[in-house]
Amino acid sequence: MADNTDKSVKAPVLDVQELGIDFGGLTAVNDLNMQVYDGEIVGLIGPNGAGKTTVFNLLTKVYKPTRGKIYFDGKDTAGKSVVDINKAGIARTFQNIRLFGNLTVLDNVKTGFHNVIPYSPITAILRLPKYFSSEKEINEKAMDLLKIMELDKYADYKASNLPYGAQRRLEIARALATNPKLLLLDEPAAGMNPQETAELMDMIRFVRDHFKIAVLLIEHDMKLVMGICERITVLNYGMMLAQGTPEEIQSNPEVIKAYLGD
Amino acid sequence: MKEKSSIFSRFGDKQHRGRLMSFVLVIIAYIAVEVLVKTGNLGSMFSSLLVPITCYVVAAIGLNLNVGISGELNLGQAGFMSVGAFCGICVSGILAGSVTAGIPRLIIAIICGAVLAAVFGFLIGIPVLKLQGDYLAIVTLAFGQIIKSIFMNAYIGIDTDGLHFSFVESTFKLQPGGKMLLNGPMGATGTQKIANFTIGTILVIVALFVVYNLMFSRSGRAIMAARDNRIAAESVGIPISRTKMLAFVTSAALAGAAGALYGLNYSTLVPNKFDFNTSILILVYVVLGGLGNMTGTIISTVVLILLPELLRSLQDYRMLIYAVVLIVIMLVTNNEWLMTKWKSLFAGKAKGGA
Repeated sequence: MADNTDKSVKAPVLDVQELGIDFGGLTAVNDLNMQVYDGEIVGLIGPNGAGKTTVFNLLTKVYKPTRGKIYFDGKDTAGKSVVDINKAGIARTFQNIRLFGNLTVLDNVKTGFHNVIPYSPITAILRLPKYFSSEKEINEKAMDLLKIMELDKYADYKASNLPYGAQRRLEIARALATNPKLLLLDEPAAGMNPQETAELMDMIRFVRDHFKIAVLLIEHDMKLVMGICERITVLNYGMMLAQGTPEEIQSNPEVIKAYLGD
Repeated sequence: MKEKSSIFSRFGDKQHRGRLMSFVLVIIAYIAVEVLVKTGNLGSMFSSLLVPITCYVVAAIGLNLNVGISGELNLGQAGFMSVGAFCGICVSGILAGSVTAGIPRLIIAIICGAVLAAVFGFLIGIPVLKLQGDYLAIVTLAFGQIIKSIFMNAYIGIDTDGLHFSFVESTFKLQPGGKMLLNGPMGATGTQKIANFTIGTILVIVALFVVYNLMFSRSGRAIMAARDNRIAAESVGIPISRTKMLAFVTSAALAGAAGALYGLNYSTLVPNKFDFNTSILILVYVVLGGLGNMTGTIISTVVLILLPELLRSLQDYRMLIYAVVLIVIMLVTNNEWLMTKWKSLFAGKAKGGA
């Protein structure tokens, strides 16, 4: 790839090679190659139905790929489960918000620490000292995350009662709790007003710098994508249409054709 | 974003208040009953119901963990109770010679009953909890029926040669002086009654302790997360089937413990006692008390066991009124308008008090 020769010395955190999946006779994603490097914010864009969320589901092992390889942190992820991939360091949010609606906002984030700060059910039932020290640590870290996402004032509220934008931010906080190396954001700005979107952009940048993670995001809001992504991959009909910096993408005739038609 | 606390429910505080309330409720009820018994004001009918009530409360608390917290329907709670009951009776019968004191023997029997029921729960859970949907309900329904048939045909006896077991009555011979522990369709006969209300109350408190400590921990959050959104739970690294297994096995163990206590409260116990109707009855206690609401479960269990007895004077109309009361409770507790009135009543009182 010509645009990141300077990075070629460093191994990518995510390396997708000739990835493809068929649903029956329908090829949803085909021959996709993309890399995400440490500390990078990469955008994945494309018209509706281009297969963007399918790529996320392939990366997180919700779907098993028909063809191709996904290397994460230099290791082949073939045969791993959804749970394994999260433990390995990929966390995600969902296009249609998936919170634990009956749990409090704080507890939603605490679930993210399931494998980060573990202790056994026996420890919990007998309330052994480890329970108290672990819960204290979980509580502090969860509150820190809520503060970063500006949700601390909602800590005790039921997650399903939150305003829409706050629910999206809570999903990010919960994903961050799992201590990821790569964060996948599926339309994080959907349903947000311009001001909330601007705040979200700052938050994503802050999260990247603070936790030193890579971010791969799907988004239709071009202001957000062009504003914070260092590189962009464009999908169309499950195929990679273009790849490059925001400027390159904006002036790419193929991309303009895909979005606006002939 | 402006803070508007009035439109959001303060959820966390309510949970902890409810938790404390259920312990207080059990202890107050225990003291009240003990006072009534000591002063001789409790009729024989009610005193005979004390231990069964604690048994059903424990089984219902266990079922609420599975149905309310974990969100998996279980139609075989009585089956796990029967496993615990007959295991407890056998253990108590075997230990009758060596452990003569009633209380230690009862505790050992309860633990054995809980462990065996947990093992059965685990074995059932292995294939079923990997699936999504109502499979657990179907399989536990079948389990309840199968386990009943097994106990209907099981003959277990103890004599000087040791323990004997058979599924065929005619081949079953004991040495003189031997004792039948399980006698096929006749069930357990001549069981030494060693259960008492104090142990029953302690078991209720232990059950509450286990369920609450589990609920408010890493495992409890995982169980509730898996219930609320399976896909999201997996995405944060929660293994769904293992998490659901924990709730299911704990639920089965509590039913087993309750069963052991129940079995050792009667001199005779037939396997038919733990049929599908009993499972449904326990489910009714849970649903009426509120899914995930342990205090409500305790209250609804006590009320629904006592109600038919209190209505006994009405003879034929008894079950009619029981049914009407059930329907009225369901309508009232699901009526939003009434619930808001009820809540505002409480809020008004709280303000007046402060």
